[in-house]
Amino acid sequence: MRDKFWILGGLLLFVGVATLPTWRDWETHANTRPPALVLPAHAKQCVAPLDFMRGSHMQLLLDWRQSAVRENNPTYVAYDGKTYPKSLTKTCLSCHDKREFCDRCHDYVGARTPYCWNCHVDPALGKGAAR
Amino acid sequence: MKALVPLAAILGVAGLAYAGGLLPGTRALLGVVLPYAAMGIFLIGFSFRVVRWAWSALPFHIPTTCGQQKSLGWIRSNPIENPNHKAGVAARMALEILLFRSLFRNSQARLEEEGPRLLYAENKWLWLGALAFHWSLLVVLVRHLRYFLSPVPAFLPALDAVDGFLQIGAPQLFVTDAVIVAALLYLLARRFANGRVRYLSLPGDFFALFLLLGIAITGILMRYFTKVDLEGIKQLALGLVTFSPLVPASVGPLFFVHLTFASLLLAYFPFSKLMHMGGIFLSPTRNLANDSRARRHVNPWDYPVKVHTYQEWEEEFHDKIASAGLPLEKERTRA
Amino acid sequence: MPETATRPEELVRISYDPPPGDWRGSPVEFRKGTFCHAAGAKSVRYLELPNPRDWQPTDQDWKLPPNWKEIILAGMKERLERFRSFRLFMDICVRCGACADKCHFYLGSADPKNMPVLRAELIRSVYRRYFTTAGKVFRSLAGARDLTEDVLKEWFYYFYQCTECRRCSVFCPFGIDTAEITMMVRELLNLVGVNTNWVLEPAANCYRTGNHLGIQPHGFKDSIDFAVDDLEDLTGVRVEAPINRKGAEILFVVPSADYFATPHYYTLLGYLALFHEIGLDYTFSAYASEGGNFGLFSSHEMMKRLNAKIYAEAKRLGVKWVLGGECGHMWRVIHQYMDTLNGPADFLEEPVSPVTGTRFENARSTKMVHICEFTADLIHAHKLKLDSRRNDHWTVTYHDSCNPARAMGLLEEPRYILRRVANRFHEMPENTIREQTFCCGSGAGLGSDENIEMRLRGGLPRANAVKYVRDKYGVNLLTCICAIDKATLPTALAYWAPGVEVGGVHELVGNALVMKGEKERTTDLRGQPLGQGAEAIHA
Repeated sequence: MRDKFWILGGLLLFVGVATLPTWRDWETHANTRPPALVLPAHAKQCVAPLDFMRGSHMQLLLDWRQSAVRENNPTYVAYDGKTYPKSLTKTCLSCHDKREFCDRCHDYVGARTPYCWNCHVDPALGKGAAR
Repeated sequence: MKALVPLAAILGVAGLAYAGGLLPGTRALLGVVLPYAAMGIFLIGFSFRVVRWAWSALPFHIPTTCGQQKSLGWIRSNPIENPNHKAGVAARMALEILLFRSLFRNSQARLEEEGPRLLYAENKWLWLGALAFHWSLLVVLVRHLRYFLSPVPAFLPALDAVDGFLQIGAPQLFVTDAVIVAALLYLLARRFANGRVRYLSLPGDFFALFLLLGIAITGILMRYFTKVDLEGIKQLALGLVTFSPLVPASVGPLFFVHLTFASLLLAYFPFSKLMHMGGIFLSPTRNLANDSRARRHVNPWDYPVKVHTYQEWEEEFHDKIASAGLPLEKERTRA
Repeated sequence: MPETATRPEELVRISYDPPPGDWRGSPVEFRKGTFCHAAGAKSVRYLELPNPRDWQPTDQDWKLPPNWKEIILAGMKERLERFRSFRLFMDICVRCGACADKCHFYLGSADPKNMPVLRAELIRSVYRRYFTTAGKVFRSLAGARDLTEDVLKEWFYYFYQCTECRRCSVFCPFGIDTAEITMMVRELLNLVGVNTNWVLEPAANCYRTGNHLGIQPHGFKDSIDFAVDDLEDLTGVRVEAPINRKGAEILFVVPSADYFATPHYYTLLGYLALFHEIGLDYTFSAYASEGGNFGLFSSHEMMKRLNAKIYAEAKRLGVKWVLGGECGHMWRVIHQYMDTLNGPADFLEEPVSPVTGTRFENARSTKMVHICEFTADLIHAHKLKLDSRRNDHWTVTYHDSCNPARAMGLLEEPRYILRRVANRFHEMPENTIREQTFCCGSGAGLGSDENIEMRLRGGLPRANAVKYVRDKYGVNLLTCICAIDKATLPTALAYWAPGVEVGGVHELVGNALVMKGEKERTTDLRGQPLGQGAEAIHA
């Protein structure tokens, strides 16, 4: 069998790469369970139902930015008639903690840190600095 | 007809998978059993095919030379298109595998009856389409690692940033998502529109394209349109690769279509032309150095053959050789 | 010259649009002019090959052995194990179609089964049916089909419409080489006694007498002597041309057409003049009197049987190394097969030019050097006195012969020589030369007269490029380094590009070579007067 070393070596490498996640997760003792998200203590209801927020919060935030910043329409009327300021800092982050909520899930699913934070500051950071 | 059967098959699979994703009884089948079975078939089948190629002997040294050979020192040889050592072969193979060098040569011929004249035009579309598809597929596959790894290594979000550099929409549009669909549609359209290619295509050629398109489209639908619960999908994916499978309730039926398509692709792979992925590495017209006069290539199954020896030849033509005055090994004494 | 009634304008009335329907349907029709005659029983018997009988492809009954199907399938199985190329090329084609319009037979005939991909599918479909899971289960859905006599006939027709030129393999993204597949199918067909006379008769001749033409030792001696006399008449110099001389430094092997056919013969005169002028210590052999190898066109085993003579004779004569003349497929065999088939040639020495001292390191194992490598080295070392004006009646182009180009990479050596022996040299368009060169359309044993229509069709792309340079630069000589080219391109050019002659590189070397003691040359080696414009000669 000519080029045995190259062919079998290459094949082994390929199988290794194809099954890479298993090896790596084994090596890092990957936790398959999702992280415990710290939910807001004082609020029971988000600006939209859970299912919608899970899949489409990024779209909502983008819409907010568009209409608040560019169209000067700063108030969001929620599905249940409540109104909220279209603001990541004032609305979302008043209940949710960036590190304990946003980041944990984003890290878990490997969703890239969005460019929200290019402009917005995590209010918790300020508190931390004061402490 | 050649395209209809595969299309019907793909649509049928999609329907079944969608229904299966809705029914509690079949979700574990589609979400756990099928992916494991598919991956098993893929790994074993792929290895089997490669080992069987390797098992076949390589009796002769048959590189196709596409440039000047290395002969006289003052003639500049082409070390990549006509390599004469391993480094050149490695470069040639890298060009073939990474950049589809040979396909880049593609041209298109046209015959004008007037003359007659044969005309050749550049034609890089196939090369471009193929390259766009394969590279996009690679990037898409690598991007998917984020579902299988925990913690997610830093390079993956970085890759996402590069792929999403246009910053269109949220979630951001991945360039490769658009490119892979465009490239697949081009490759598919080519099989329909180009009479020659349509004529030589087999059902399997359409099947592979439909299947890949199905995977890409369901993925795109989930990411940009119907939305899914990533947390649940990550759980499912991680569960599979860490052998602690589970199917979270939040995972919707469209995902099952996507997963079933992907499983089907894996399972179909070793039985199909898609094996060109492994085969290209073994192609003896590309992966051998053109050094067959400098280094002897050994045929492992060589066997002795019947030849007409000089002695037999001289025996047969003895008198004629003698009369022509040519030297003889054995002077024949006249009886 | 074989004649065909059809005029060029009619022959190109073809359309590259394929016919409707599926290609796996209609049985092949053996139309006069598009196939080669079957091998006569005599040659088959002489070579001890299976199933000798008298038959023709047009016969309804091919008189196959009753178990022909088992023989073919067993032969396939064996070859799938013996040739990685075969198994791989059966498996990995994606039918992208890049090869389709790269085949000269497709370009000239528009027969879709002459697209390399479909040519290969003719056997791939059978491979799938009997050797793959998908094909066994899904049959035609997986592109599989049963092996029937019609399929066998189709194989015969289309795998004898492939000249093993390897042009498609240059364009294939996986390097799939139809030549390799053609060789396999021809081997398989040989197993049941399906072969052509134009391949097996030369093979039988070569086996017996030492050369394809069946020239016996005294005939060989006569032709060489005749050439020596001719050369003396032309140049005034009497040269030596030793045959079967023991103790010579170099054994010189040429394709037999060089000493028995025109225009090859003028190339032979060129060799003789050159070797005399540099005082080469060499010998011809009447036993190894053929460099070409029609075994390449029938089976690997036959190739080995015919090729064995070269090393055997080199050993018997006690030469140091072997020099090979201008021939295409001969050089495929020598460059890529000979050492493997009949080596190691450890009784020979690493070739060194006795004139320049150059070591031919690229041939250090096989110990055989191409005449163009040898001569280019001589010219580069200023060992030859050349008067290139003696070729001024020629406006020259160069046709890369398939095998030296794509199975060797001998591209620059002949060009270097030509540029120094001729003043008017013009290349044909880029995608018709070097590794993209077009076949003459008659290689791999297809050069028979009865196959004339197919040969002309296959010759169209090459001839068309010649016509282009004829019209643009006034080219009137196509030079090449292949005996089959020299034998068949005159026909193709007379049909498609009249007014262009065919010659060898060493013919022009012989014209330009200033020999010590020569008389004033008034003619070239063809006996045509020098110093006249080409127009005058061809008017």
